[in-house]
Amino acid sequence: MSTVIVIGAGTAGTLVANRLAKQLSPNDTIIAIDQDNSHLYQPGLLFVPFGKAKPSKLTRPRAAQLSRRVTYIQASVESIDTKANTVFLKDRSPIPYDVAVIASGSRVVTEETEGLIGEGWLKDAFTFYTLEGATALRDRLANFTSGRIVVNVVDMPIKCPVAPLEFCFLVDAFFSDRSTRDKVKITYVTPLDGAFTKPVCSSILGSMLNDRNVELITEFNTGSVDYASNTLVSYDGRTVPFDIAVLIPPHAGAEFIFKSPGLGDEFGFIPTEPKSLVSKVASNIFVIGDATDIPASKAGSVAHFEGEVVCNNVLHYLKSEPFEETFDGHANCFIESGHKKAMLIDFNYETEPLPGKFPLRIGAPLLKESRINHLGKLAFAWVYWHVLLKGRDIPLIGSQMPKSGKQFSTKPVREVTPTQSQESH
Amino acid sequence: MTTASYVGIEVELNDEGFFTDPSAWREEMAPMIAKEMGIDELTDEHWRVIRFVRDRYLQTGGGPSVRVLGKTSGVEVKDLYRLFPKGPAKQAAKIAGIPKPVGCI
Ligand SMILES: Cc1cc2nc3c(=O)[nH]c(=O)nc-3n(C[C@H](O)[C@H](O)[C@H](O)COP(=O)(O)OP(=O)(O)OC[C@H]3O[C@@H](n4cnc5c(N)ncnc54)[C@H](O)[C@@H]3O)c2cc1C
Repeated sequence: MSTVIVIGAGTAGTLVANRLAKQLSPNDTIIAIDQDNSHLYQPGLLFVPFGKAKPSKLTRPRAAQLSRRVTYIQASVESIDTKANTVFLKDRSPIPYDVAVIASGSRVVTEETEGLIGEGWLKDAFTFYTLEGATALRDRLANFTSGRIVVNVVDMPIKCPVAPLEFCFLVDAFFSDRSTRDKVKITYVTPLDGAFTKPVCSSILGSMLNDRNVELITEFNTGSVDYASNTLVSYDGRTVPFDIAVLIPPHAGAEFIFKSPGLGDEFGFIPTEPKSLVSKVASNIFVIGDATDIPASKAGSVAHFEGEVVCNNVLHYLKSEPFEETFDGHANCFIESGHKKAMLIDFNYETEPLPGKFPLRIGAPLLKESRINHLGKLAFAWVYWHVLLKGRDIPLIGSQMPKSGKQFSTKPVREVTPTQSQESH
Repeated sequence: MTTASYVGIEVELNDEGFFTDPSAWREEMAPMIAKEMGIDELTDEHWRVIRFVRDRYLQTGGGPSVRVLGKTSGVEVKDLYRLFPKGPAKQAAKIAGIPKPVGCI
């Protein structure tokens, strides 16, 4: 007779609640809490600005994604008292728990960058990381014929770290299809020292930007946005002018984490054991998805691979058994590269994305553009609603990263020189 | 890989100039490393950041990013750039003898 509370019913919360529903004893209570009843398929946001996904098609009611075995409560979590094992809600009585699974995700924080929320916000500067932003950007792009588009990752970590690069590829394809590509200058501005964090992948993605005539500006830490002159200004005084700025603001954990003493770090992410996904705060608190501080991608696929371990460890806790430490940081992401092609990357804590085939020696090509991977990316929406959220396993794709099929000793194909970097200024 | 000599001790640096073995670092080396990067004098403010970065590395196994420094070191991001004009996270990590802070994944 235990109560398991799942906080947040997005990707991770829904899939873990549904897994628990299958595995916990009928006497146990499973409660899932979220602040609204609209589950957004976030990977679809990438396509909204190009008119390739309809905003109304991307959301479904949250409660309908949950097993009937799960009690859904729509309420905003105010704080968690980890000593008293109690969740406090807005305008409702507090709920005590035996086990809490935190799945409250990450959100963009626009306030952290000086000037960002100013007169040009949602007129000349946008983010496609929210439905509102992606929709406003779609309307702006529809009438845009010439000028400078700047895509800027303000700071890491962000969810789906490849999405800003995909956006560059798609914006290039969007204007080439309209035969106005030569009138549009596209620039990718990143705080990293290359296109991406992992070396082999960074070099390949860097070449892809280069091939598409997208300028790359590295080690740019955006300090402020100035709408009087429409420029991004870095802390070290460099400037990048724009007509349209597509910004990915810094991320933070849910607000209630900041109000719960001892729960989160300075960004509101929860210190978590990387292999068992037990929080470092209390042994009856588990963390899944974007809410953790583990060095894995903040991606839906990662939440899926984490589901099995979290669910098993909740059961181990209830039976007073030792935790299993089997999560390896596995991530698997399609990278849309434009013109109906995509690449696939597959990696974990130890192995960076490598070329080869997935999941076995025969399979989809890794780190290589192909038609098959584009179809995979589109199919992901169906898999998301029908397999992933249901807490089912995907055939042939286990939680742990497959090694067979990967080329382990590959050197970067081509080095790209950033157009503008820290040292040259 | 290259080697450098600070206060008479040979240390190994990687291609980007970061210590390969953080335990080889001594406080007395810091002013010399800083000078090589164009920081002529290490003030108390510099030291506050260098010690913070070093402690954080010893606790967590990684160097903090600029955003983490701005939130936790007690020195604001603007001031961090005044102290370490070519990038506070990287420069402070070099001077503190720890590996390059990696962006998240
Ligand atoms: C543009 C974009 C493209 C992406 N593309 C991909 C992709 O191609 N592949 C992929 O795998 N991933 C992709 N992702 C990432 C993926 O969507 C996320 O990593 C994933 O949704 C994380 O799941 P989560 O459950 O941790 O967080 P979420 O799904 O964000 O859920 C968190 C939930 O917690 C709730 N919550 C927060 N605070 C409270 C509170 N105080 N009270 C009650 N409830 C609360 C929220 O309402 C939310 O429903 C993309 C993301 C974006 C933005």
